[in-house]
Amino acid sequence: MKLRSLVLFTFFAISLSLFACKKDPNVIPIGEFGSLTGTTATFGLSTHNGILLATEEVNAQGGILNKKIKIISEDDQSKPEEAKTAVLKLIKQNEVKAVLGEVASSRSLAAAPECQKAKIPMISPASTNPKVTEVGNYIFRACFVDTFQGSTMAKFAYNNLKAHKVAIIKDVKNDYSVGLADFFEKTFKQLGGEIVSIESYSEGDIEFRAQLTSIKNKSPDAIYAPGYYTEVGLIARQARELGITVPFLGGDGWDSPKTLEIGGKAVEGSYFSNHYAADDPNPVVQNFIAKYKKKYGETPDAMAVLGYDSANILFDAIKRANTLDSTKIRDAIAETKNFPGVSGNITMDRNRNAEKRIVVLKIEDGKIKFAEAINP
Amino acid sequence: MSEFLQQLVNGLTWGSIYALIALGYTMVYGVLRLINFAHGDVYMIGAMTGYYVARHLPSHFSELNFGIVLGLSIIACALLGALIERVAYRPLRNAPRLSMLITAIGVSLFLEYGGQLLFGADPKFFPELIVSRPMFHFDGVIISNIQFIILLVSFILMISLRFIVLNTKMGKAMRAVAFSQTASQFVGINVSSVITVTFLIGSGLAGAAGVMVSLSNPKIEPLMGIMPGLKAFVAAVLGGIGNIPGALLGGYLMGIAETFVTAYISSTYRDALAFIILIVILLVKPTGLLGKTVKEKV
Amino acid sequence: MSQINAYYIQIICLIGINIIMAVSLNLINGITGQFSLGHAGFMAIGAYTSAAITVYGHDRFAFLPENIFFILALLIGGIFSALAGLLVGIPTLRLRGDYLAIATLGFGEIIRVIILNLDFVGGARGFGGIPEYANFFWIYLLAMLTVIVIANLVRSIKGKALLAIREDEIAAESIGINTSQYKIIAFTVGSFFAGIGGGLFAHLNTYLHTNSFTFLKSIEFIVMIVLGGLGSLTGSIFAAAVLTLLPELLRGIGEWRMIVYSLLLILMMILRPQGILGNKKWK
Repeated sequence: MKLRSLVLFTFFAISLSLFACKKDPNVIPIGEFGSLTGTTATFGLSTHNGILLATEEVNAQGGILNKKIKIISEDDQSKPEEAKTAVLKLIKQNEVKAVLGEVASSRSLAAAPECQKAKIPMISPASTNPKVTEVGNYIFRACFVDTFQGSTMAKFAYNNLKAHKVAIIKDVKNDYSVGLADFFEKTFKQLGGEIVSIESYSEGDIEFRAQLTSIKNKSPDAIYAPGYYTEVGLIARQARELGITVPFLGGDGWDSPKTLEIGGKAVEGSYFSNHYAADDPNPVVQNFIAKYKKKYGETPDAMAVLGYDSANILFDAIKRANTLDSTKIRDAIAETKNFPGVSGNITMDRNRNAEKRIVVLKIEDGKIKFAEAINP
Repeated sequence: MSEFLQQLVNGLTWGSIYALIALGYTMVYGVLRLINFAHGDVYMIGAMTGYYVARHLPSHFSELNFGIVLGLSIIACALLGALIERVAYRPLRNAPRLSMLITAIGVSLFLEYGGQLLFGADPKFFPELIVSRPMFHFDGVIISNIQFIILLVSFILMISLRFIVLNTKMGKAMRAVAFSQTASQFVGINVSSVITVTFLIGSGLAGAAGVMVSLSNPKIEPLMGIMPGLKAFVAAVLGGIGNIPGALLGGYLMGIAETFVTAYISSTYRDALAFIILIVILLVKPTGLLGKTVKEKV
Repeated sequence: MSQINAYYIQIICLIGINIIMAVSLNLINGITGQFSLGHAGFMAIGAYTSAAITVYGHDRFAFLPENIFFILALLIGGIFSALAGLLVGIPTLRLRGDYLAIATLGFGEIIRVIILNLDFVGGARGFGGIPEYANFFWIYLLAMLTVIVIANLVRSIKGKALLAIREDEIAAESIGINTSQYKIIAFTVGSFFAGIGGGLFAHLNTYLHTNSFTFLKSIEFIVMIVLGGLGSLTGSIFAAAVLTLLPELLRGIGEWRMIVYSLLLILMMILRPQGILGNKKWK
């Protein structure tokens, strides 16, 4: 008896779902996947804000090809396996023309093969690990790559900070962190520097004193911590508690308002490489900051900027392709040259990476300040 | 040498946390022969309670604020533990032990995912109630004031527990029920009350651990109790489940082992270490380091 | 229209896989009374082994027809899982009840952490690019095989021995049943099929991540056999179907899924511990 009613209920439920999907021909569906919740939520939320701002502006001017852009967002909860599911849903169920995402390289890497297989162009706003665009010719990024980022910080540490002995503490569960650490190490050694210690942790850890005590014992001049803001803030705090006073160095994974909140005084005097500086006097940057502040009430971080830029690169490509055919859009993205983004002039190189400059930022007096810009 | 000592300090601090949680596991197992899967999540509730209380206090850092937060969290968790016992475990007092185990798993999941719904799944940052300062500094070894507080408060709580168990009537009753529930009933002990008190104390200790951890490792989130709970359980088994000094020994051993494995081998296997210790102990001496072998009666 | 069908078929396939998992777990927990909390670990071994074979052995074994290759990969995955079952079953022979549960939990987690650290199967990034060999036909064929094999085992003399062990291990030993041997059989057979289920899972999703094989996954299977009734194979099939459909129907309120599960566990244990179909055996 119970079995029969269950079977009936199931059929009823499934038939209901038949009425679920409707497609609107007057919009261009563009998919976005990011970490709207989870451990690195600020990455996803900032990117999301940037993308929405760009979309709003384009739609206010009538959209593209006389259609409005509709952004369909999926949350991957900061997990790679969810990134894959999210992108599959966007492609198969929402039939998007292109995908924007993700910030974290590991999540981009999980999703990219699906986009490549389905021949849907994907633009990652901020994934810097070289492997992402190596997945295939439908995968692009609007930012620089870690080979450049890691070596730049190595040079900065050696030449500018005169740090000749550096310890590295990296997140082994994260392709981005591992990659950056490797590229930093290679360049730093080439310059003649010494890597005195390499310690590791896993994303989600909260206790680092064991590793930091080992590092302290090797007396480095600086510590390179190319991880995400969630752990990096805690690492810095525990380091200071153990009596480690040398500056920390980091990558763009540091870029989040939470870094200062979690790290507090511990991250004073630290440097990290990034895609843009909020105190850059360039009118393009300041104009964007003003717009963003007006809509969201806070200063944009690099992820927001890159979200904005990647969306605009995509919209520009669609305009140039003059069609909604995904393959033609892909070709147009590949031909992007000197696109005036907020994060700099963007040209897609042969490997579908953006040729752009890096800025080094310093945390001083509880604020993030511009220290130096380095061109490729 | 100083590095070794520093690692030892780090290990002892975490060991205190594991010991406090392990005490709850061991006490409950002693009286109910139940592995209270939900215990690690009570620790999480301690941290969360502390978070919300701390945010509503006047915002200057002070030891007094810490005391208030600690006290309230202990009370909240004690009550929560007693409530769980009343609602989920008591109806199964006469059921096969497996049923209680499954229920405990259910309660644990309920706290974790209910917590995610209630508090939000994203990690929170515990307010800095006490600013970290080095307190003792000798020969390159630094003990911060927070580490000192953790060690001191844990010590006080453990001594208090020892006093209760050895010197009070309730303590005697607890030991009796752990020995034999049936016999205790015969001599007129109210077994239900004893069990309730056991849960009150055990859960209160877990709550204290939750607040103290939040001082030194301020990132908290609803699933934070899973791993420490499992590790503390392993610590309790290591020392001899049901054995209170065993829980302490196991807790400190676990904390130190973890720190040294991370420092001298690799951090990636740190979580697996607890399980490896578990398997080894269960295979070599299942009753634990301080436990006594009990023959199963037919 | 074809999009809806694909989604519908995906769910039916998942039900099939979960039937294999639930029935195989029931053999260990429900029939033999050995409370194992590490079933996800055996599933993982089967999944990763068969996936590694199909992904890396694709060119080497191109001479084989695809179907044979797939079945071989699944079988090898199952065998590796069975070996793991052996590895877990033997040392834990002396453990009872809670201790056994925790030991199996530990083994499950150790397996997961080891796989997580193996870079050639993707590590923390996940293992993608697995060929999509699993389909409705294969899954239900293997599900039926699993149920038939295990049901026959339960109805045979060996099955009676297993049930005796569940009821009272010491009594069983005293009437001459080699409890060690039978417990090992239960673990090995159960984990073999878990490995098959894992292999099918891998070739249905085409992507694996160790986060799918945590303690939580083991719990999901426990909920299934508890709901269906420990020891009732029909119950496991029914519960596997219900508990696979339920999260899909509740897709909009995903965060409530685990809360519903946890309450289900608690209420089942307090109100109806014998599960929906009770101790009724294979009908």
